[in-house]
Formats: sequence, structure tokens, C-alpha cells
Amino acid sequence: MIVGKQSIQFEQAVHIISAASVAGKKEAEGPLGNLFDKTYEDPYINGQTWEEGEANLQKDAAAIVMEKAKMTPEQIRYIFSGDLLNQLIATSFGLMDYNIPIFGLYGACSTMGEALSLGAMTVAGGYAEHVIAMASSHFGSAEKTFRFPLEYGNQRPFSATWTVTGSGAVILGKEKGIARITGITTGKIVDYGVKDSMNMGACMAPAAADAIYQNLMDFDISPEAYDRIITGDLGYVGQTILIELLKDKGFDISKQHMDCGIEIFDSERQDTHAGGSGCGCSAVTFCSYILKQIEKKAWKKVLFLPTGALLSTISFNEGKSVPGVAHCVIVECE
Amino acid sequence: MTVKTKEEKYNAYVKQVTPTTNMWLNICKAFLVGGIICTLGQFITNWLKNSGLNQEDTAAWTSLALILLSVILTGLNLYPKIAKFGGAGSLVPITGFANSVVAAAIEFKKEGWVFGVGAKIFTIAGPVILYGIISSWLLGLIYWITQLF
Amino acid sequence: MDYVKAFLIGGLICAVVQIFMDRTKLMPGRIMVGLVCLGAILGFAGVYQPFIDWAGCGASVPLAGFGNTLYQGVKEAVDSDGLLGLFRGGFEASAAGISGALLFGYAASLIFDPKMKN
Repeated sequence: MIVGKQSIQFEQAVHIISAASVAGKKEAEGPLGNLFDKTYEDPYINGQTWEEGEANLQKDAAAIVMEKAKMTPEQIRYIFSGDLLNQLIATSFGLMDYNIPIFGLYGACSTMGEALSLGAMTVAGGYAEHVIAMASSHFGSAEKTFRFPLEYGNQRPFSATWTVTGSGAVILGKEKGIARITGITTGKIVDYGVKDSMNMGACMAPAAADAIYQNLMDFDISPEAYDRIITGDLGYVGQTILIELLKDKGFDISKQHMDCGIEIFDSERQDTHAGGSGCGCSAVTFCSYILKQIEKKAWKKVLFLPTGALLSTISFNEGKSVPGVAHCVIVECE
Repeated sequence: MTVKTKEEKYNAYVKQVTPTTNMWLNICKAFLVGGIICTLGQFITNWLKNSGLNQEDTAAWTSLALILLSVILTGLNLYPKIAKFGGAGSLVPITGFANSVVAAAIEFKKEGWVFGVGAKIFTIAGPVILYGIISSWLLGLIYWITQLF
Repeated sequence: MDYVKAFLIGGLICAVVQIFMDRTKLMPGRIMVGLVCLGAILGFAGVYQPFIDWAGCGASVPLAGFGNTLYQGVKEAVDSDGLLGLFRGGFEASAAGISGALLFGYAASLIFDPKMKN
């Protein structure tokens, strides 16, 4: 059912049947470390290059999520997946051996929200029995693609985030599972003209504020309707800005708000500055901590919105600003 | 016009809520690290001079020694740690230049010896050489013109 | 005394650049380019060479010293070869440094693999 301007309410909820999270060493040492299904000591994740490593993250996450649901690749109709690398090479090389029809997605760090939205729509529309929605990122491959070689010496400002090494995957279907998706609000591209690529939180906060505001308007509810409103990787700087921006629009979410980037690392102990980031950040946190909280009904209704900063090294060098996007997914307990 | 003022307002607000680094502490660290690297260079220079090398060769050998040191520290993954502490103190000396060359060489070796290391070794340091050559050429041209009269 | 001067002057240059970096958020690449150009200009103005003679490695080790080396090379080559010297001098004077960085850098890429940051 179409709701408001940018939202869908599913007449029959789409269920999350199983979830898997895999992550690197630094994430394993973080506050959520013992919630992940698999962690790796080897920074190359048993590959030869950073890119192969990230592909292996996707491969393993997909394997585990199917194993948990006791399913084989033949039972999965579609995969919706993406990563941060040029032309989605981690997705292509990680998932090709499964022989499952695939939609490769690019939503920068908001990819998990995009994958969940499209996957849920496909299942709700009756076009698939089961689909996988997933995303990944890797610190090494992301630094190499977007910033500097890893051996290069430089200082990171306090507003900079740390790309999460990890991948999160869920299987969506019609039968009862660990949680259900009841609606989505798809975000617009929002640009407030920030050009500082070391301050992604500030680039994405306006998009997150816009998406949350639209969700509340479309469904005609107040922030109290949610136990948590969870953004992807705004970090400390972005969180401050988001709460302020929504206050200006008449909503106070300071009690409900939580950010995956802030949860996944201990910024004091792990020296990650503003927090975690990357597609993997929201995907891994969602598939471990968030879904576990919903499964045990500690939270009954959650608004999950991964946030993405839409830049490339080319757009940055050509002097363009960094617009943001955020996709809301309403997740409720069974 | 209204869009622009909105953007400006937001950027000003972002600047205000973004925590800044402790500038004085950073300056002291940069001073310390930069000072130590230059002193090390001086030590090498004095030693070479005392063993009888001329001014020009001493300078070249000193540069080479510092570059080699930086390359080794980068390969052992220690230079990034020094840089994280020292900031400009490790960027400004010739060792920072060497670090930017070797970091690119190591990182891009996976993309092949010709198109990886070969093409990308100067990704960061290339501009320094290009603009160094251009600026010295232009200034040299002015010098050449002044010598004509 | 040499060492004290090298430490103080080298440290001071780095400290000034650090202020610049923190204030302007300029990328390191731009800072490096700026320093080399500045060194060449100061060399042209006849300031940098006496500065190196006085401060030693405190002035020659920072990248501005590299810019000065380039300009001094061009100047000497112009004196001896005329116009052709413009094209010879820069690389001639900086040959050791650039070749060293390339050769050692290449050797390091044979030995070392990229490592994760912690």
C-alpha cells in the first residue's frame, strides 16, 4: 500500500527469516564483537588482495545466512547486494559462485537499506519466495579506493570515520522468522553543500533528517512510535547535527536515536574518532545487535535507516559537494 | 540565492559542532618529530663531511640515507604511526616525500608491476616533482632573461 | 650547535606547516606542492641558500629545501649552458633524491605487502 509521498506499508509484513554477520579483527575487538557469526584474524580475509578479502566477506555471509535458514542457493530467487568498490567488484566476485540471480546495488553506505527495501518489495509483491539482502565494506579496499594507500602517513581529523570490515546478510520471505519488515520510506538525495570528505557525518545528516521527517509525516506518527531510530554511520558529529535538524522541524528524537557507527567501535579505546562507516557498518550492526534485540523483543518497533554519502574520488577532485541519501526500513518484532 | 545562503549557514553550523584537534599539542608534536628528523640528517651530514666528502655529495648522500630510512620504516608499517603522532613533522621532511612514493608502490603492487606499481608509484609524489620542475623552470627563465642585460 | 640549529629550525618549519594544515584542512599533497614551490621561489629570491648555510639540515631536509635544490640546479645550468640549462638543471640537481625514492620504493614493493592499520 502506497503511503504518503515516499513510503510503502506492506499489507502483509515481509519476514526476516535469518541473519548473518561476519567481520574483521578490529570489529571483533569492539563492543559488539561476541555477537558476530564469524570473525577473521587475517586482514585479507583468506584472500590475496583487499578486494578478494571483501568478496570473501560476502561469500561467507551469504553461506552462513543460508545455512542458518537451512536453505540451499536454489531456494533463493534473488540476491540484492552491493559494496563501495568501483563497479561493485566485491559483490560480483564474492557471489558469482552461488548461481543466484542478482541485482547489484550502489547506495554508498546506505546500500543495506536499499537492499532491504527492494528485497521486501519483491517478496511482498509476490515475485519471489525468498531473497537475500546484503552489503559489505572493507577498511583496506575502501581506503585504497577513496583515500590513501594504507602505508601512507597522515593524520585523521576527529570528524573522520573508520570503514568497517564486514558483511551482513538477511533472508527475506513470507514465513515467520526473527523479525518483520512492515514498511519502508525511500530517501531522496539531499545536498547541503558540504565538501569535506573527512566529515561524512555532516554530509549525510541532512539526508537522514529528511528521510526520518518524511517517514513520520507519511505514516502520521511521532518519534515515540519507535523504540529506536537507528542511523547507519553518522558518527558523533552527524548525530549532533541530525538531532538538531529534526528539532528545527519540530521532532525530538534524542531519546530514540542510535547510530551503528557509534555502537560498533569503542572510540576511546579503539581510536576510531567519529565512529564506524561503510556499507558493512550498518549491515553488520543490523544483522547482529539490532536483530537480536528485536528477536528477544527488547525493542518492538525500530526505524532502521542506513545513510550514504554520494561521492567518488572524481566528483571530489572536480570540486563537487558530497550529497547524502538515507533509506528507512521499519522493522518490528514477530 | 536563497539556496546558497542555506548552504553557507549549514556549513557554518557544521564547523561549529565539529570537534577540532588540539592545535597546540599537534604543533608541539610536529615540532618534535620534524626536529628529530632534521637533526638526524645533520648527524649524517656531519659524519660524511668529517670523512672528507664535498658539500654537494654530502647533501646527496644525506638525502639518500633519509629516503632509505623512510622506505624501511614504511615497509615495516612504522612510518604511518610516526605520521599519526607527528603530522606535519613527518610530512614536511624529505622522508615524507619518500613515504608517499613507497606507500603507493607497496599498495598498488597487487595491480601488477607495470600498471600497478609502475603507473601509480607517483600518485601522491608526482605533483611535487611536476610543480617543482615547473616553478624552478619559470624562475630559471626569469633568471636567464635578467642575465641577458 | 649544528644539531641545536637543525632541531630548532626543522621543528619550527614543521610546526608552522602543522598550523596551516589544521587551519585550512588542505590535503597533504597540496601542502607538499606548496612547500616545493615556496622553496624554489625563496631560492630565486636568494634567501634560501644562505638559510641552508646557516641552519644546515634544519633548512635542507624539509621539502622546501628540495624546491631550492631544483632552482639552484636550474640556475647553475643556465650559467653554464644558457637556455638549454633550463631543461637540464632541475632534474640534474634532484637526480639522486628522485632516483633514490624510486629505486628504494620499488625494492620495498618487492619485499613488503600492504598491511592493515589498527
